[in-house]
Amino acid sequence: MSTTLTQVHHLAGRSVMRVVRQPALIVPSLLFPLILLAVNASGLETATEIPGFPTDSYITFALAFAFMQGAMFATLGAGQSLAEDVQRGFFNRLQLTPLRGWAMLAGQLAGVVVLGLVQAIVYLSVGLLAGAEMEAGPLGVVVLVALSVLISLAFGALGLLVALRSGSGEAVQGMFPLFFILLFLSSASLPRELIANDWFQAITDWNPVSYMIEGMRSLFIDGWDAEALALGFGLAGILLVVALAAASAALKERMVRT
Amino acid sequence: MGVTALRTENLSKRYGRLLAVDDLTLDVAAGEVFGFLGPNGAGKSTTVHMLTTLLPPTAGSATVAGHDIVEAGPAVRDAIGVALQEAALDPLLTAREHMRLQAGMHGIKKDEARRRGDELIERVGLANAADRRVAGYSGGMKRRLDLALALVHAPRVLFLDEPTTGLDVQSRTALWEQVANLAAEHGVTVFLTTQYLEEADNLADRVGIIDRGELVAEGTPEALKAEIGRPTVEAAPADPDDRDRLAGVLGRFGAPTQAAPGAFAVRLADGVDELAAIVRALDGEGIRIGQLDLHAPSLDDVFLAKTGRRLEGDAGGAEEVTEVAA
Repeated sequence: MSTTLTQVHHLAGRSVMRVVRQPALIVPSLLFPLILLAVNASGLETATEIPGFPTDSYITFALAFAFMQGAMFATLGAGQSLAEDVQRGFFNRLQLTPLRGWAMLAGQLAGVVVLGLVQAIVYLSVGLLAGAEMEAGPLGVVVLVALSVLISLAFGALGLLVALRSGSGEAVQGMFPLFFILLFLSSASLPRELIANDWFQAITDWNPVSYMIEGMRSLFIDGWDAEALALGFGLAGILLVVALAAASAALKERMVRT
Repeated sequence: MGVTALRTENLSKRYGRLLAVDDLTLDVAAGEVFGFLGPNGAGKSTTVHMLTTLLPPTAGSATVAGHDIVEAGPAVRDAIGVALQEAALDPLLTAREHMRLQAGMHGIKKDEARRRGDELIERVGLANAADRRVAGYSGGMKRRLDLALALVHAPRVLFLDEPTTGLDVQSRTALWEQVANLAAEHGVTVFLTTQYLEEADNLADRVGIIDRGELVAEGTPEALKAEIGRPTVEAAPADPDDRDRLAGVLGRFGAPTQAAPGAFAVRLADGVDELAAIVRALDGEGIRIGQLDLHAPSLDDVFLAKTGRRLEGDAGGAEEVTEVAA
């Protein structure tokens, strides 16, 4: 293994260990979306009776919402971990080794992947047990997990960016409410075409989160919808690339070593 | 010995209007333990951050292990081990995991990493705590782990930035012992900053005294003390009303300075022999002596002589100015 790969391997190991050893980080990211799912599924079940609602099981419709929330928790996980490193001086420790910048980012994101996988398995198991259907079948599960992990990575990279720009865990946490606004102003609770309010519908049309949710949701409800999947993967991919590029630039500025 | 491990030439760092390090010119020989002594805010950490490539200098130049700190950052980092002031550790990891990670960052192979890691953990006395998470470590244990981590890639020059600040006396002494042993065994050059005279006196082969960004003295502790040369006599009268008369008598031997409450001190021009003359003179004036102390010159006296201030008991100064600490 080359030195850089060894470095990524070690940093990834650390990042995963940090996730596993902080139950306070995992438990809310697992419970919170599921609680919200339970509340929504029981309270909004009647929404399925609206003419044009795509399914008669609200939990099938709402499960993608849980995945999206889980992805947003990835921002906290990755961002806070890096911000703590900066604050604690661990960042300097790493800077003083021959570590490459991109290896540092890749290592931090490895924890995001692991947390994303755990979340996906838990949400999906609970959802299926509660009666949700998976129209796209077993291969759909694989694609769903891939998409949700990609979305987690994109938001995780956004967390890294804020951590590197601010160097503060509080700033990373401060993003969280903003994400929830983004989440609630999307098609998370209702299909876009059924949103009666014009301005609300306009916002959901422009909100990329709508398309990420719809990409995942299409696997539950429609089976294989190429357009929805392309939009979901495409937008998550773009967000990941842009956030990573910005985070790399921020990292370069923060790594002041000569 | 004789080969230069570290050299700075007119090295300076400016933050806006503040000159944190001013025209620092230094030579440290290979294998030497160099103590960089100064109060809080003197510019010690700023110097270390520049020498370890974490902070670009404003002016001047420096080489560490033969590599220029600006032009050859990666080569410098390969050659140095660093324990910065904050003992930056991950509370969620164990000592052994820290070792593995640090070795991995330096590209050390797995088996070699394990062997070196175990050996260094053993050497700094953490074998029993090696698999415990660092969150439960005491301050002294964290510093010892930091020291071990700094040595994992067998560096030629070791930087220790205030390694014992905030430690109790026992942990401090233990750490001194380990630094001294490791330096001797591994043949590394040590650049150590401290605000403790005792630490510099104990560990350093040579001392540089820095105050307000400027190097005010440099040499072996013995040479520096010898330069000040003269011991100090401190006397207090038994009867407080005799204070002025006592000061007058001491004035015949030098310029008396106020020492402890009610006491005066004078630096002896002709060494210890003068002590008897002082006692006779006081006796001749009928002044009863309450207390009489003879102080051999210390590094604190050196600091006082060079800066007009005392180093110890003056630790409440400004925080060290550095931007990379964040």
